[in-house]
Amino acid sequence: MLKVSENPTLDITFKMVVVAVAMFAFVFVVMVPLYNVLCDALGINGKTGGRYEAVQSGVDESRQINVQFVATNNDGMPWKFEPSETMMKVNPGAANSTVFLARNPMPDAMVGQAIPSISPARAAQYFHKTECFCFNQQPLEGEQSAELPLQFIVDRDLPRDIGTITLSYTIFDVTDMVKGAVATR
Amino acid sequence: MCFKAKRRLTLALSSMSALLPLTAATAWAQDSKVNAINMPVGVTEVSASIYDLHMIIFWICVIIGVLVFGVMFYSIFAHRKSKGVVPATFHESTKVEIAWTVVPFLILLAMAVPATKTLIEIYDFDDAEMDILVTGFQWKWKYEYLQEDGENLKFFSNLRTPQDEIYNEEVKGEHYLLEVDEPLVVPVDTKVRLLVTANDVIHSWWVPDLAVKKDAIPGFINETWFKSTQVGIFRGQCAELCGKEHGFMPIVVHVVSKADYVDWLATKQSEAAEIKELMAQSFTLDELAERGKGVYQRSCLACHGANGEGGVGKAIAGSLLVTGAINGHLDSVVNGVPGTAMQAFGGQLNDVDMAAVITYQRNAFGNNMGDMVQPLDIFNFKKGQ
Amino acid sequence: MGDHHHGPAKGLKRWIFATNHKDIGTMYLWFSFAMFILGGSFAMIIRAELFQPGMQLIRPEFFNQMTTMHGLIMVFGAIMPSFVGLANWMIPMMIGAPDMALPRMNNWSFWILPPAFLLLASTLFMEGGGPAFGWTFYAPLSTTYAPPSVTFFIFGVHILGLSSIMGSINIVATVWNLRAPGMTWMKMPLFVWTWFITAYLLIAVMPVLAGLVTMMLMDIHFGTSFFSAAGGGDPVLFQHIFWFFGHPEVYIIILPAFGVVSQIIPTFARKPLFGYDSMVYATASIAFLSFIVWAHHMYTVGMPVSGELFFMYATMLIAVPTGVKVFNWISTMWRGSMTFETPMLFSIGFVVLFTIGGFTGLMLSIAPSDFQYHDSYFVVAHFHYVMVAGAVFSMTAAVYYWLPKWCGRMYNETMGKTHFWISFVGFNLAFFPQHFVGLAGMPRRIPDYALQFTDFNMMSSVGAFIYGGSQILFLYNVIATIVAGQPISDEKVWEGAEGLEWTVPTPAPFHTFAVPPQVK
Repeated sequence: MLKVSENPTLDITFKMVVVAVAMFAFVFVVMVPLYNVLCDALGINGKTGGRYEAVQSGVDESRQINVQFVATNNDGMPWKFEPSETMMKVNPGAANSTVFLARNPMPDAMVGQAIPSISPARAAQYFHKTECFCFNQQPLEGEQSAELPLQFIVDRDLPRDIGTITLSYTIFDVTDMVKGAVATR
Repeated sequence: MCFKAKRRLTLALSSMSALLPLTAATAWAQDSKVNAINMPVGVTEVSASIYDLHMIIFWICVIIGVLVFGVMFYSIFAHRKSKGVVPATFHESTKVEIAWTVVPFLILLAMAVPATKTLIEIYDFDDAEMDILVTGFQWKWKYEYLQEDGENLKFFSNLRTPQDEIYNEEVKGEHYLLEVDEPLVVPVDTKVRLLVTANDVIHSWWVPDLAVKKDAIPGFINETWFKSTQVGIFRGQCAELCGKEHGFMPIVVHVVSKADYVDWLATKQSEAAEIKELMAQSFTLDELAERGKGVYQRSCLACHGANGEGGVGKAIAGSLLVTGAINGHLDSVVNGVPGTAMQAFGGQLNDVDMAAVITYQRNAFGNNMGDMVQPLDIFNFKKGQ
Repeated sequence: MGDHHHGPAKGLKRWIFATNHKDIGTMYLWFSFAMFILGGSFAMIIRAELFQPGMQLIRPEFFNQMTTMHGLIMVFGAIMPSFVGLANWMIPMMIGAPDMALPRMNNWSFWILPPAFLLLASTLFMEGGGPAFGWTFYAPLSTTYAPPSVTFFIFGVHILGLSSIMGSINIVATVWNLRAPGMTWMKMPLFVWTWFITAYLLIAVMPVLAGLVTMMLMDIHFGTSFFSAAGGGDPVLFQHIFWFFGHPEVYIIILPAFGVVSQIIPTFARKPLFGYDSMVYATASIAFLSFIVWAHHMYTVGMPVSGELFFMYATMLIAVPTGVKVFNWISTMWRGSMTFETPMLFSIGFVVLFTIGGFTGLMLSIAPSDFQYHDSYFVVAHFHYVMVAGAVFSMTAAVYYWLPKWCGRMYNETMGKTHFWISFVGFNLAFFPQHFVGLAGMPRRIPDYALQFTDFNMMSSVGAFIYGGSQILFLYNVIATIVAGQPISDEKVWEGAEGLEWTVPTPAPFHTFAVPPQVK
C-alpha cells in the first residue's frame, strides 16, 4: 500500500480523510449525473430525453398506440393549462403534432416551465419528442394565451404489450427563478 | 350553557369508558375491522395474492422462529450452571456452519419465486378500461376521470370529519377520520388505472383493501391499477408524511355495480351542466348565504373557525379584507395569498359556490355588509384577471 | 506517546481538555444517555397524544416536530454516540493499547456534539417551529415547504456528521496501529471487529449525508434545483441519496450491538464464542450488502420492475449472514454452563427480539407485500424491534457488563434484573401491537387515528410509559453503583470473562497498557 507518511497513524488518518472527501465529492460528481443518465436511458420516473433528431424509419401501419395527454398545475401556478385533445391514436414511426393551451389569468407577465413525465415508465425511451414547449421556459404576458406546440414520434420498437402511453405535463411557476434574467431583457 | 355543560359531561364519561379497552371493543364489535390484527385479504386478485404471499412468509418465519427459539430455550433450561453443567469447549463445526448458510439460502430461493410472480402480476398495467388521474394536495385528493372526448369529470375529495370531533367537542362518528365529502366512485369488475401525481409535496395513495399504495410525486406521474371483484366502500389514508394535516387526508373508494356507475356518472355530468346553468342565474342574498354556509363548512372552517374567529387562518369576523372592497376579497379567495396557508380556491370551487361563500362571509359573523356576489361576477372576475 | 504517569487534571479542565480515552468515553456515554432521555421524552409526548383518538394534548404541527426530533435525536444523539463512547472505553483496553491513536481529535469529535444538538433542539423554539418533515426529511417537504429552521437543522447535521467521521478515523487508526504484539486480526475481540467495520461504513456514508444536506442547502438558498422538478431536478433523487446513506446507517447502529452481544454471551455461557471466523465474515458481508439494498425503502416510488426485483433479491440475501450470527449465538449457549445476570438477560432479550425484528425485516423485503407494509405502523414496529430491542438493549447490557470494571463497584443485581423484566414487558407491550395496527392499515407519522385502532394504541402507549419509566430505575442503579456500590477488586469481575480488558486492575486505572501486553 502507498505510504504517505512515515508515521503510521498519520498515514492511515490521511488516507481516511481522502476517502471521506472523495465520498462527499462522489455524491455530486457521480451519483447525481449517473442518476440522470440512468433515468434518461431507462425511463426511470418516466423522464423523457431531450430533443430527438428524426430518423426516417418508416411507419408501422400494423398497430395503433393510444397516446393520452394529461396536464397538472403545480402549487401556486394560476395558469389555465390543458391539452387541446386528450387522446390521439398514432402509428409507431409516424410524426405527430398537437398543441397544449395555456392562459395566464394574472395581470403581470409570468414564466412557466412544463415538466414531462411518461407512464408506463418503460415507454419513455420509445417516445421521442422532435419539438416540445417543455424544452424551454414559456413566458406569457399578463392575460395572454398561447398554443404550445408538441411534435413527437413513437418508436417502431415500442414493446408490443404497451397499448397506451400517457404523457403528463406538470406546469411550474418559475417566474421568481428567472426574475433576474427577465429584468435584464 | 346548561346544554353545553351536559355535553361535556357525556364526553368525559365516554372518554372514560374508552379507557377500558373491552368496552371500546364491544361498542363496535360488529365491525370486523375493529382490533384487526392482520392484513385484509382485500377485494382484488392482487390483494389476495399479496395476502397469500404475506401469510406464506409469515408461517415460514414462525416455523423457523419456533425451531430456533425452541433450541435456545431448551438450552437456557437445561444448560445452566445451577444444574451443575460443566461447559463444553467446542467452538466451531464447519459442517454445521455450511448447513445453516445453505439451508436459509434455499428457503429464500423458495420465497423469491412466488414474490417475483406476484410482482410481475402487479406490474401489468395494460388493458385498463378506465383511467383516473389522482393528484395529491396539501391536504386533500383530487380525482379527474379522463374521458376520450376531453370532457373530464374532476372533483376534490376532502376530509368530512368535523373539527369538533377531532378536538373532542363532539362524540366521534363511526368512520372518524376515514370519511370524505366526495368519494372516488368506480365500477366493479373493471380494471381501473390510476395515474398518480402531486401538486406540492410527496403524498402516497393507499387503500389496504385494494392493495394499492403508490407515491404521488410532484412533477412526475406514477401508475398503478386495481380491479375490485366486490361492491363496497373501501377506506384508506395518505401514507407519506406530507406536512401538518398528513393524518387528515383520507381516501374513500365506492365500488358500485356497473349500472350504478353509469347512473352516478350521468348525475355528476348533469350536476356539472347544472352548475353551468346556475352561473347564468341571479340569486337573492339569502339563497347565496344559505349555500355559502355549506361551502364555508367544507372549505374554510378548518382554518378560519366555525364562527369566523380564525385559527390557522386569519379571523373572518370583522376582517378588514372581508368587509372591504369586493375585488380584494375575491382576489385573495380565488388566487390565494402567497406566502401564507391561504390557498387559491379558484380551481377548487365552482363559480356558484365561490359566489355563495364570499357572500356568506361578507354577511355572517357580524360582518353584515349587506352586499353580494353573483356567479357571473366570479366568472367575469376570473376572465378579467 | 507523551507522559503516561500523571493522573487526571482537576475539576472542569479534566473534561474540557480531556484526551484520555476513558474520560472521553465517559462523556460520550453520559451525553448519549441525556439525549436518550430527551428523545425518550419526545416519544412519551407522541404516545400520550396517541393514547386516544382525537387531538388531546398537542397540535398536529407540533406532533410532526416531535416524531422528527425523536428520530433524529435517538439515531444521531443517543444510539450512535453511546456506541462511540463504548468504543472509546473498550477498544484500547481490548487490543492492549495505551489510548486512542488520535487523542486530541478525540476531544474535538466529542465536544462538537453538544453544540450540534443544542442547535438542533433550539429549532423547536424558532419561528415556524423545528424540523417537521420526519427524520428521513424527504424533499420537497424539507426544502421548498420547510420551516425556516431547516437551515439550522442542516448545519447541525453537518457538525454531527463531522464528529462521526473524526471518531471513526480515530477508531480505524487505533485498530490498525496500536494493537498489542501478538494481537493478530483474527484474535481481535468481536466487539473490536464489528466497530472496525462500522468505522469504515461511517467514513464511507457520513460524507454522503453531508453531500445530501449540502444539496438541500443549495436548493433552499442558492437557487439550484437538485430536488425540484421545476428546474429539472427530481425529488426521487433525494430518496436514492438519502437511503444510500441511510441503509448502511442502520447497520452502523446494529453492528456494534452484535459485537457487544458476542462478548457477553460467551462470558455467561462459560464457553468460547461459537464460529468466531464466520462471525467476522458475516459482519463483513452484511456491511457489503448494506450498499446495494438501499432502494428497498422506496418500493412505492415507481421503480421499473427490474429494479424492484434486484433490490428485493439483494435484501433477502441479508437474511443469510444475519441468520449465521443468530445461530452462532445460540450454539455458544448450547451445552454451556449458563448463569443469568443482568447483562446476560439483556443479551438474550436482544437475541429473541432482534430475531423477531429480523423476521419482519425479511417480510418487508418482499416487494409485493411491502406495498401493504410500507409507511405503516408495521414498519414502525419492525425498526423499533431492531433499534430498541437491538441496539438499546445491547447497549444496556454493555453498561451492566463493564460498569463494575469501570468504577470498581458492583451494581445492584436485583434492581438490574427488575430493570430487565420491566423493560422487556414494557417494550413488547409498546411495540408488538404496532404490528397489528400497521397490518390493519394505520399509516405511520399520524397524530390521530381511526377508531378501530384505539385499543392497540392504548396498549402501545401504556407499554411505552412502562419502558420509559424503567429507564429511571436504570439511571438510579448506575448512579447508586458509582456512588455507593459494593466495592470489588477482582480483575475478572465475571467468572467466565475472557480478554485483555479483564487483565487490568479493577477499577480500571486512568492509564492502562502503558507497556503493551504480549498476546499469546
